[in-house]
Order: sequence, then C-alpha cells, then structure tokens
Amino acid sequence: MAESVSRRGFLGSAAAASVVGTVAVAPGRAWADSVPPDRIRLSVNGKAYEIDADPTVTLLDALRERLGLTGTKKGCDRGQCGACTVHVDGRRVVSCLTLAIACAGKKVVTIEGIADGDSLHPVQQAFVDCDGFQCGFCTSGQIMSAVEVVAQGAARSDEEIREAMSGNICRCGAYPNIVDAIKQCRGDH
Amino acid sequence: MKTYDFVSAGSIRQALSREDASYLAGGTTLVDLMKLEVMTPAHVVDINSLPLRGIHCAPQGLRIGALERMADVAVHHEVAQRWSMVSTALALSASPQLRNMASIGGNLLQRTRCDYFRDVRMPCNKRKPGSGCPAVNGDNRMHAILGGSSACVATHASDLAVALVALDASIRLQDRHGERVIKLADFYRLPGDTPSVENQLRPGELITEVIVPACDWPQAYVKVRDRTSYEFPGLGGCGGRRALGRGAGRPHRGRRRGHPAVAVAGRGEGSAGQAGDRGELPGGGPHGGG
Repeated sequence: MAESVSRRGFLGSAAAASVVGTVAVAPGRAWADSVPPDRIRLSVNGKAYEIDADPTVTLLDALRERLGLTGTKKGCDRGQCGACTVHVDGRRVVSCLTLAIACAGKKVVTIEGIADGDSLHPVQQAFVDCDGFQCGFCTSGQIMSAVEVVAQGAARSDEEIREAMSGNICRCGAYPNIVDAIKQCRGDH
Repeated sequence: MKTYDFVSAGSIRQALSREDASYLAGGTTLVDLMKLEVMTPAHVVDINSLPLRGIHCAPQGLRIGALERMADVAVHHEVAQRWSMVSTALALSASPQLRNMASIGGNLLQRTRCDYFRDVRMPCNKRKPGSGCPAVNGDNRMHAILGGSSACVATHASDLAVALVALDASIRLQDRHGERVIKLADFYRLPGDTPSVENQLRPGELITEVIVPACDWPQAYVKVRDRTSYEFPGLGGCGGRRALGRGAGRPHRGRRRGHPAVAVAGRGEGSAGQAGDRGELPGGGPHGGG
C-alpha cells in the first residue's frame, strides 16, 4: 500500500500520462517540416521519443516532467550549479539552459543511460567505492561531468581535476572523495 | 518564459531573413535571460546548423568561426601556442559545461551580469531606457571603474573580449545586405545616455567570424575574481599590449606600453571613463580599493 502511493511513483505516473509515446525516429533536422509545433522529437539514452512540449521547454524539464527521467536534478535552474548536467552529442552541458527543441536530431545521454544493464558505469562504481557523495542531490550531475573528465584524460593533478569539475557544486562538500573517485577511474588507486 | 516561434535556420540567408529574431547558438545567455524574462523575443532562430565553424591558423593570423565553442578554441594547440591570451581567457571563463555550450560569437554578445539588469522588478536603463539605474548608488561592488555613466555602470562580462581587444582583433558581420569587418575595439559602445545600445550590431545582423592578427609579443591574461574558479571577473587584464575588461563598460585598451597591465580591482562610481582612454588606471573611485 505504502509503495503504491510513494511520491516518486505518484509523480512518475503523472509524468507518464504526458508522454505521447515512443516512436522510432531517424535523427535529423527534417523534424521542422514533419512535427507539429508543440511536439518535439528527442533521442534519449538510445531511445526515440516524441513529446508534447512547446519551444520554451528546457531539456531538463522535458527529461524530468515529460519523460519521467528524474535522475537529472534541478538545482539552481540557471546554469550555475551543474546538478542538471547531461551529455548532448557526447559533450556535457547544463540541461537547464538547453532548449529541448534544439536537441532534435541529437543524442542525449542522462545518468539513467550510462550503466550497462545491472553493471554500473566505472565512474558510478568509483563514486560508490570512494563515498563520492553525501546527500546525493548533485551526484548525477557530478558523475556525468566526471565521465567526460575521465574520458578526456587531460586533468591529471588533484588541482586539475578540481578545476575540470568546477562546474558542479556540492553543498555537502564531498569534493575530496569525488577527486578520489576520478583518480580511481584512471587507475591511480 | 514568454512563448516564441522557433525555427532552425538551414542557411545563412534564411537566418538573416528576419530582422526581429533572436539568434540561438549555445543559449547560455539567451535561454537564461528568457527564463528571467529579461529577454522576451517573439521569434527565436536556431543558427547551430549554419556553416560558421572552423579554427584557421595562418602566418598572417587566426580566424575563428563564430559558432565554434569556447571549449574547442580553448584547447586548440596552435591557438594556445600563438595566441595564448585567447586560450587563457577562454579557459578561465565560466564552467566546463558552459564552455562546451557557448559559442565564440555569443560570448562576445553576452549581456552584463549586473543584478539590477537581470531582475525585471528593478529599474534599469539598459533593459528599460529611462527607468533609472539603481546600481549607481546601490550594490555596485562588481560595477564599472572605467567608462560608466550616470545612466549605467554595468560592465561587460566577457574575458575573451578583453583578450581580443588587446590583440587588435576584428569581427566579420553579415546581414542580408552584405558583409562588413569591424575592429572589436570599435564594436562595443560606452553606455553614455543610451546604455541599451551596447554595440554596433544592427538588427538582423550576425557575427560570422573573429579575425585575430598574428602576434609576436609575449602575452598574458590575468583575471581577478572572488573565487579561483567558475566566477565572472572582478577585473581582467592583458599584458603585452594592454586591455582592461570587466571593470569597465567595454574592454579598454591602453595606448602606452611598458606600464603594468593590471591594477587592483576597485569599485567606483563609473565616472572615470576618460582615464581608460588615456591608458591610465584610476586607483579606484570614491569608494575605491575594495
């Protein structure tokens, strides 16, 4: 009983009602001719979606409110905290300052899309191993940033890692363990 | 956010066909300010498909397509070798996510970070001409010590613009009537009595390219800010030839060489405009040295 009325379950079912359905869509910019103005086609974590949203909807709100992908968090909602970090065409961006409609034809990857089935992504595993979080609110954004930092490999010293992760704020102050997690992914530990 | 029509331009000609449109590149300024309803365009044109990319290094200089992203220019090897001031200014700007998003052209057109400008409940001569400037006597620690006026003491927030002015860079502009090339130093306007007019850009005109001459003198870009990372500049300065940013309504370039490039960040009432044009840095306004 209690499970059936959990907050997330309730919100999730409400969100699901606004998902118009998933359809197979070839990526591209021809959408402008074939999609009504209040419908947006998105590719998220390898799946094609067509959602009911006007051009003012941000990618963040599309993910959370339309697709029920609530792993991406809304912190400041003005591009300053990094909690909403996702990847668009392989680059980390803040989804709160990204318009959903501008992502048509692009590949969006969120925290829900980086694990391989039940196997955590190495960066996810490293955050678990190193206690790279406390309350966890910023963690999905931290991990999405860390995935790019590890893949680029340019940040070597602790100082460089901190600079490369400076777009993600953690108010609990888990920074030392986040640095450790990134070093673990590089095989330093 | 106020509603708007949205189209994705397939060609430069198509993008330039609407003079009343706001152009979307990285969106880090436009989307932010549309959410705050500081900007309320009726038409938004996505220009990211336009062929305005490319970083071209040649003996005579550097050309950067306006849609190149800050992050890509910042790590470009030859840019870092020959125009280190540009690389450094970009690397010290914003956050990694925002540098992945923001375009070079958009960086040069970003709006001021003045909190009064960003709050639609407040008067602001830049946002609403004639409504007044609370910053002149208000919370103005981060406002202009050079080039302000009684109507506006907002600063230009771009690090890159300071480096480009020091390097004597130009920008190529295009509208449906044709192209023109203008020195970046001449592009920005001081606020004077009309702070809402920030630059020479005409309605329906796009920055298409940044053109930087070859540079054979040592360069450095120094940024003074409240935090060591992810913070707008309190003051930005370039060595070699000198340009001074953020402390000013537009990037200033000193005319004499051999003087220190950077003064301490100080606050002032923005009445020191002519000092910057003489290549002299005031020690701070009446509240100075803060």
